[in-house]
Amino acid sequence: MAIRGRAHKVGDHVDTDLIIAGRYLVTTEPAELAEHLFEDLDPGLRQRIRPGDVVVAGENFGQGSSREHAPLALVGAGVAAVVAASYARIFYRNAFNNGLLLLECPEASRAVQDGDELEIDPHTGEIRNLTRGEVYRARPIPPFMQELTRLGGIIPYVRRRLGLEAC
Amino acid sequence: MGMTITEKILAYHANLPKVEPGDLVECRVDMLFANDITAPLAIQQFQRIGVDRVFDPDRVAFVLDHYSPAKDIASAEQCRITREFVRKHGLAHFYDVGRAGIAHVLLAEEGFVAPGEVFVGADSHTCNHGALGAFATGVGSSDLAAAMATGRLWFRVPPTLHFVFRGTLPRWVTGKDLVLRIIGDIGVDGARYAAMEFAGPVLQQLSMDERFSITNMAVEAGAKNGIMEPDEAVLDWVRPRARRPFQPVYGDPDASYAAVYEYDVTDMQPVVSAPPSPANVLPVAEVSGVRVDQCFIGTCTNGRIEDLRQAAQVLAGRRIHPNVRLLVIPASPHVYRQALEEGLIQVFLDAGGAVSTPTCGPCIGGHMGVLAEGEVCVSTSSRNFIGRMGHRGSKTYLSNAAVAAAAAVAGKLVHPDEVVREPTRV
Repeated sequence: MAIRGRAHKVGDHVDTDLIIAGRYLVTTEPAELAEHLFEDLDPGLRQRIRPGDVVVAGENFGQGSSREHAPLALVGAGVAAVVAASYARIFYRNAFNNGLLLLECPEASRAVQDGDELEIDPHTGEIRNLTRGEVYRARPIPPFMQELTRLGGIIPYVRRRLGLEAC
Repeated sequence: MGMTITEKILAYHANLPKVEPGDLVECRVDMLFANDITAPLAIQQFQRIGVDRVFDPDRVAFVLDHYSPAKDIASAEQCRITREFVRKHGLAHFYDVGRAGIAHVLLAEEGFVAPGEVFVGADSHTCNHGALGAFATGVGSSDLAAAMATGRLWFRVPPTLHFVFRGTLPRWVTGKDLVLRIIGDIGVDGARYAAMEFAGPVLQQLSMDERFSITNMAVEAGAKNGIMEPDEAVLDWVRPRARRPFQPVYGDPDASYAAVYEYDVTDMQPVVSAPPSPANVLPVAEVSGVRVDQCFIGTCTNGRIEDLRQAAQVLAGRRIHPNVRLLVIPASPHVYRQALEEGLIQVFLDAGGAVSTPTCGPCIGGHMGVLAEGEVCVSTSSRNFIGRMGHRGSKTYLSNAAVAAAAAVAGKLVHPDEVVREPTRV
């Protein structure tokens, strides 16, 4: 299913504390976490994000803590995908484990402006900028991560491996 | 072409004769753990998997270290979820209030990690344990749940960056300063997805505590793991503690590194990371004079006995500045007890400092020392991101324990030499 939403731009090295601050890690509920999404980065940003929107980031998005609350807060706010020039590794794993689509595309990271309307094909990694009439191609998602996504994340993957779930 | 220590450990745990950077492998996990923030989510995911028991109750640990002793009802509930799971599954390695320390310090002390092992924790600073010659890496709660159910986890084999230290360490320059220097040089993503292997004769001048603070911060450069080959000092440290037989692993002489960085430490100075990035590294002399409201000596990076000794060396016979709060948090009950026996706690109290039971609290702006708007903290922790220790308008400078203690006395950032002209025996 194609993703269509507005872009919200954030900069380089946005860390997990800026995604969801340590003081809010007393819950695992995505909706509760989402209330404080990006609070210390830009207190008004959360209010501008609508379900289906896309976060467009610079380098090393998600650096820092292993807190899975970070992708959960994004999922809770209805963010459909993140497009970044690059990702920190623990965040990358956590996002795929929770079904949050991450695309790596330095070109889109540079070209997309805040508020642009984007259409993303999760299968091909094609990012269409409807506002500017441009198309960017994300780095293909590694086959193993595609398989994880296809199965619905690490938990169904493990269930299948343990023979608890049919193919 | 041979393999690095990281590649060898991963190959062995994946039952493969050889692996190369970029390979996806599934490895046996020797030990794993979660804390009070990451455990509730891991437990929830574990229950979704639908297995009856953890893969091996002897290889799973839970440590309540972040919001514990509970700071409010919500954190009390998180702790309760963890306690109930531990009791239901009869898990022996559970560390609750009074017995709990900061996981990365406590679990090493308790002998849960040994050379050559694969150690996984639902906490980013799990890379800490690489100082013992183990492959240790932080993961999220779902990955931890998967490992808890199966005893296995997939990894992409990282390329290895080799950091070699030579020369003689000047006074007040510690392991913390070496790792900050590297992060300052390569940046917060300079080792993204890579292994950072630390080597060179200087390591032998460092205490085990200092080595831990180096590998601990590998994640701050984006690394998957930090690691050191286990020398005699490591083996002497591990042997009396290890709970399982272990086999040390060493890299091949013809191992291939993605990059080699050489450092002569002889002319180094103590450094700080200025906010809001661990990579904003400056000699402390260059930020001398920055006014300080709070100094915090503790955390998984620098809350060990050696850190407390360095702090006490600066604080002995002195009083902290009237405008400064000093927090000292020994990282584990063992560290606390040792500090008590050595008279260090007395030094901190006499200086006007507050000493707390082990907790990660202040480091994440959780509890015990949250900063107000505009306040400045010098912290021995590992992160100074915006809002990390409190209000988004507060600021944190990262340093070693001696620099933090000196700032507490002076009320501003200074080189420890400005406070301590001659070494003081404690």
